[in-house]
Order: sequence, then C-alpha cells, then structure tokens
Amino acid sequence: MSTINQRIEQELIGVAKELLASKKVEALIGYKRGTMPMTMTPFVARSSEEAEKLCWNSFCVLNLANYLPQVLRSFEPPRRPNDPPPKGPLPKVGIVVTGCWSRNIVVQIQENQVERDRIVIIGISSRGMIDKKKVHERVGGKEVTNVEEEDNRLIVKGPGFSKEINRWDVIRDNCKSCIHPDPSIYDILIGDLKGDRQISNRFSQVEEIESKDIDERWQWFMDEISSCIRCYACRNACPLCYCPTCFVDDSRPQWVGKSKEQVDTALFHILRAYHCAGRCTDCGSCESACPMGIKMRILTKKLQKDVFELYGFEPGLNLDEPLPLSTYRLEDPQDFILTDIKMGDKK
Amino acid sequence: MTKVQEKDWEPKIIAFLCNWCSYAGADLAGVSRYQYPPSIRIVRVPCSGRVSPNMILDALKNGADGVLVSGCHPGDCHYISGNLYARRRFALLKRFLEFIGIEPDRVNFTWISASEGEQFAKVVTEITERVKRLGPATRLVKEF
Repeated sequence: MSTINQRIEQELIGVAKELLASKKVEALIGYKRGTMPMTMTPFVARSSEEAEKLCWNSFCVLNLANYLPQVLRSFEPPRRPNDPPPKGPLPKVGIVVTGCWSRNIVVQIQENQVERDRIVIIGISSRGMIDKKKVHERVGGKEVTNVEEEDNRLIVKGPGFSKEINRWDVIRDNCKSCIHPDPSIYDILIGDLKGDRQISNRFSQVEEIESKDIDERWQWFMDEISSCIRCYACRNACPLCYCPTCFVDDSRPQWVGKSKEQVDTALFHILRAYHCAGRCTDCGSCESACPMGIKMRILTKKLQKDVFELYGFEPGLNLDEPLPLSTYRLEDPQDFILTDIKMGDKK
Repeated sequence: MTKVQEKDWEPKIIAFLCNWCSYAGADLAGVSRYQYPPSIRIVRVPCSGRVSPNMILDALKNGADGVLVSGCHPGDCHYISGNLYARRRFALLKRFLEFIGIEPDRVNFTWISASEGEQFAKVVTEITERVKRLGPATRLVKEF
C-alpha cells in the first residue's frame, strides 16, 4: 500500500514528464533525493528523463520559490541592465509548490521578480514538513542511516537501533502554526485541497516572548543569536532575499560589521528579519537551513503578527492586494508617535 | 569610548528631521529663542520617508543614546505621502525593537510642522528627560 506522499510523487513525476516532453516548460524545479537520509536536494529537471528523479516527501524543507527568478533568468538572452526586454515569448519554467511557497511566488510576482505567464505552478497541499533536528533529538543524537516515512509515523533506523516516531511530533514549528496549507495560486493541482486549518493561536511562540519583560527579552535575543556563525544560510535560503548587493555586503556605509561580534550579529538578524516585514510567508526555510539551530523564524513571525494586527494583511493570498509597506492608509494607527497629549503640557 | 561620570552625563540624541517641516520647526525654535537641552544632533533629511531602519540602527550602533525621527504631519508631506509610508515602516520597527529588548524610549517618532517651534523644544526636552531616565545606551552599541 502506498502512502499519500508516494501517490503524490508518482503523479508529480507523470505531470512533470508530460510538461517537459511536450515542451510546455523548459525546466521544472522540484526535489530529488539527497545523499543523506532526511535530506532532499532542490533540483531542476530539464528533460523528461531527468523528471524520473523527482521526489516528494516530508523532508522537502527548502523553499523552491528561492530558485525561480534565477532559473527564469537563465533562459533569457543575456542583456545589460538598461537594455530593453527581449522580444517574443520566453521559455516557461515549472515549479512545485505548497502553500507557503505559492504565497512567496505571489510576492515575487508583485515585486516584479517573476512573470506570471512564464511559470507553470504545480500545487500540492502541504501536510507539514519534518524538522530533522527534532528527529535527531528523538533518537538521542545517534547516527541515522535510514528513515521510512508512513502517513502518520516515521521509522528511524541507525546502527543497532530502530525507533518509531509519531510524525506530527517532529513537524516543523512553522508548519504546526500554519493556517493556509493549500497553494494560493496554481495551474495544476496534485492531490486534494484541504482548506484552511483551524488553529487556536498561531502566534503563541511570539506571545510567549512578548510576555517577558524587556531585560528578559534582550537576554533571550542575545542567547538565541549567540551561536550564529554569520554563514548567511538563512539569507540565502530565503526567497525574499534577491537584492544584487545585500546590506551585509555594503561597505560604504558599512551597516553591519563583518565580525562575529554580538552587536554586528544582532544588527544582521534585526535587519534581515525587518527586510521580510509584510512579505514573509513563514515557510521556515531560514530555520531549516541554519546549521546552528537558531530560531530566527520567531523574529519574522513577530513582524508577521504586527502586520496582521496593524494592517490586517497576510502576504501572498491575493495578487491584487499591494504589499503593506508599499502602500498606506490615511487612518493607519499611529499611537507610537509622540504628540501633545501624550507628552503632557510641560513648560 | 571613555566612560563619563554619571552626574555630568548628557545624552546624545540623533535627530533625523525632514527638510520641509521639522528642520524648519527646529529653526523656528532657535529663532524664537525657545530653550531646549543641547542633547540633540540634527541630521537633515529630504523627507521622513528617506529614513531607513538601517540609519536608525546605525545611530544606535555608533553610540547614540536615543534617536528621534520627525517629519511633516500626515497630509502635509512635501512629497504628498512620504511620511505615510514612513509611518508604516516605523510602526513595525518600533514594535520590533521593543520585542527584541530595546527600551521603547530610545527610538522616538514625532510630527513637527514648520510653525511648531515651541512644540519642537517641548519634544526635545521630553525625549531628553526620557533618555536620561534610561541612562547611557548599552544595547546595540558597538565598542570600537
């Protein structure tokens, strides 16, 4: 008997082969199996033979939308920044998406990084992806050589042990608090749509921090980032980070020092998160890519919460709704602004 | 950085003032001889919308004890809507900095028009008092 993910994988390979063979797309961005258990590699299939390698399971943690602008550009004739766009239709690219990745594509379309007519989106409703760090914790950090995935449990094997783990226990935090598992935009759908999930409080992780006092919050922030090695994996894994020159690479002025000093690391994390304000779809790529296990997703989640509270906006759900920081309303809340009333009448 | 005695410590506050309203407001405060503490260093910017979070954090990193950003009142912006975009940006930034443990009074935002010289003096007095109460900044300050 095959599992849900195996059935999706079979259908995905079929769809991908058809798209590539009929030249409806020149390339298709998906996943193939990595060399280690629980590690899947992002993969661009360029022929129907290559499409055989595509896979689908609960370990596809990196956001594929990250690769979309690059792959699209690779099919454009080379041109300089001010040259006119090439004439005639350009080749299309296919991409596999779940809920959060599809919302990132919406943001990319809104920010003119991706043209809607040039992409074919294969949507899959997400069942949540697994955090392999949690799996390693469950087996006490022992070496894992093989993981079999079933619909609701994992069988983890290593030298001299075999352990059964409940799948939902090792799902990533962002997937547990996700309310939109369905793709918001797609051309081809594989499997069924599930509809929005009901979650009592999706911001509970953020609220836990908010309930601390200011010194505790600073301590928490410093502790959280203290292990950061500034490898920028979180930035590189993020589909929102596409600036030609990142603020961390600017040298005049140098916003962020290159050192591993705490202040520089703190500034990096503040600015990285802030750049995602109103755009982040909480896909969890940053956290999954982090080699040190820093939970920087809470920072972007906080901004997501504020954007939702202040402006009632959730990124990626609607192509026609402008991004919150590129628009305004006259009646936007401004209780943080110092005014006469709040200052008291001082001479 | 040399440590100063607490009793003669005077905070350093970086003020980003927009050219069209707040900077003129500061000028009016001076012309009208309103007294306010000598704690602020003014940076003239074309519009409050020009002020990016990078600049605010850079001020803190370089040892400012407080930051003030001031622009035209909503609806009065020389560029029609620069301050309205800025308002959204600052609302998120302020909440975010508080979330990670930066004292709320370190980073301040206000609207001051070109005719509000007295208001400018009041705001600077108020902010200086607040920052004095907090003491010298230690978080996000880089020791060179």
